[in-house]
Amino acid sequence: MRPARAHPLWLAFVLHRVSGLALALFLPLHFWVLSWALTQPQKLNQFLSFAEQPIVKIAEFGLIFLLAVHVFGGLRLMAMEWLPWSAPQKTLAAGAIGVAVLISGTFFLQVV
Amino acid sequence: MDADTAPLEVSVWRGDAEGGSFQQFEVPALENQTILDVVSWIQQYADATLTYRFACRVGMCGSCAMMVNGQPRWTCRTHVKKVLRDRHVEIAPLRNLPVIKDLAADMDPFFDKWIAAGGAHRPSASRDDPIPGIDPADGARVEASAGIECINCSICYAACDTVAGNPDYLGPAALQRAWTLLKDAKHEGRSAILDAVSGTGGCHNCHSMGSCTVFCPNDLDPMSAIAGLKRETTRSFFGRRK
Amino acid sequence: MLDLRLYMLQRLSALIMVPLTLGHIAVMIYAVQGGLTAEEILGRTQGSLFWFLFYGSFVLAVSLHAAIGLRVIVYETFGLRGTTLVGLTWSIGLLLLGLGTQALVAVTWPGGV
Ligand code: SF4
Ligand code: SF4
Ligand code: FES
Repeated sequence: MRPARAHPLWLAFVLHRVSGLALALFLPLHFWVLSWALTQPQKLNQFLSFAEQPIVKIAEFGLIFLLAVHVFGGLRLMAMEWLPWSAPQKTLAAGAIGVAVLISGTFFLQVV
Repeated sequence: MDADTAPLEVSVWRGDAEGGSFQQFEVPALENQTILDVVSWIQQYADATLTYRFACRVGMCGSCAMMVNGQPRWTCRTHVKKVLRDRHVEIAPLRNLPVIKDLAADMDPFFDKWIAAGGAHRPSASRDDPIPGIDPADGARVEASAGIECINCSICYAACDTVAGNPDYLGPAALQRAWTLLKDAKHEGRSAILDAVSGTGGCHNCHSMGSCTVFCPNDLDPMSAIAGLKRETTRSFFGRRK
Repeated sequence: MLDLRLYMLQRLSALIMVPLTLGHIAVMIYAVQGGLTAEEILGRTQGSLFWFLFYGSFVLAVSLHAAIGLRVIVYETFGLRGTTLVGLTWSIGLLLLGLGTQALVAVTWPGGV
């Protein structure tokens, strides 16, 4: 189970898989907390003020990063599969990560 | 003994389908030496029962592939110097295939999948028909030509993590073969190929991680060939529904 | 473990979510300024047909997409197959759809249920 996989596209694959998995696991929690909005607004507000802590902010930054990296990584895959040109995939993969950093960074600057 | 003449320390996998373990050998170091030379030396001078496979010794036949320090490589064209770590090298049978004995992997699943992907040629004309002209510069022909130098060594198949996790997956070499036939004007039956690569083990399982392309010793690009199959099957998916 | 049909579902749900996700991130960047409260969230979304359709299609697409994605991971990592795998795919999809619909109703339904 260990041919040298540490080449750019394999790492891009792992990033896509790990971010997808993390987002899928986060989603039920996200839905559950939001559903308090109606039934238990005070509980939601408690949660939201708990979420003001720096550590939670950093976790949120991580989530946005994962979301963005999954979206742009996925766009790269679909472009490669469907568009009849072969762009330099490594550059595109790096670009996807770059855009994700940019977007999640913007988010981070807003919350702090 | 100085460093140049100190023997190589070689770990060789010994075993069969049931399992096995590494056995250590000391092999004389030479100025010019391939991994296949090392394996042959062991078989000829140290242990005649060592089983391995090779034929051409010049990178044409695709029969000598093994795992060298954990990487799939064609051993007849892999120089010891290039892979040696502290005078040590580890040689094992090809990954993702059953082991027959020692370094000889069972290639049956690899070739069975080659057939399952629609890899057998079906001529579009008989010997009585005139030979159709093929323009080497034609777009489809260029795409087919990019993949036909495959020597079926199964190195890409051994490198692919999707094959490791998904025993049904046809794998890079078989799918690339299907792609070259799809783009071959002398091959009959486009839709048969598209169907063959669209099942549960088909091209859609590929995660485009590109290990196949990184490891192919002939510098072929199965990853892009598979992307081509995804494109063509997608097109026919919408075509059929129109 | 993907045939052409599941592959198309996976790619199409992904395509639908590209604008939705970017919109969602944009809203978050805008909304988190000055902190979040339940009232603020509800004030923006409650009774809005636009947000109902926006997040409604999001919930639908993400349930599909996550179910198929997890199916592949579970198959390749744990070798689960056959009816177990199909059952798991459906359970994940329906669970997400159920929880997602609950959240959707909570934040967008006019005046609550
Ligand atoms: S690109 Fe596809 S075929 Fe090649 S190693 Fe990755 S999953 Fe396997
Ligand atoms: S594509 Fe390359 S690595 Fe794969 S079987 Fe053919 S020659 Fe070997
Ligand atoms: S022996 Fe033929 S390719 Fe190595």
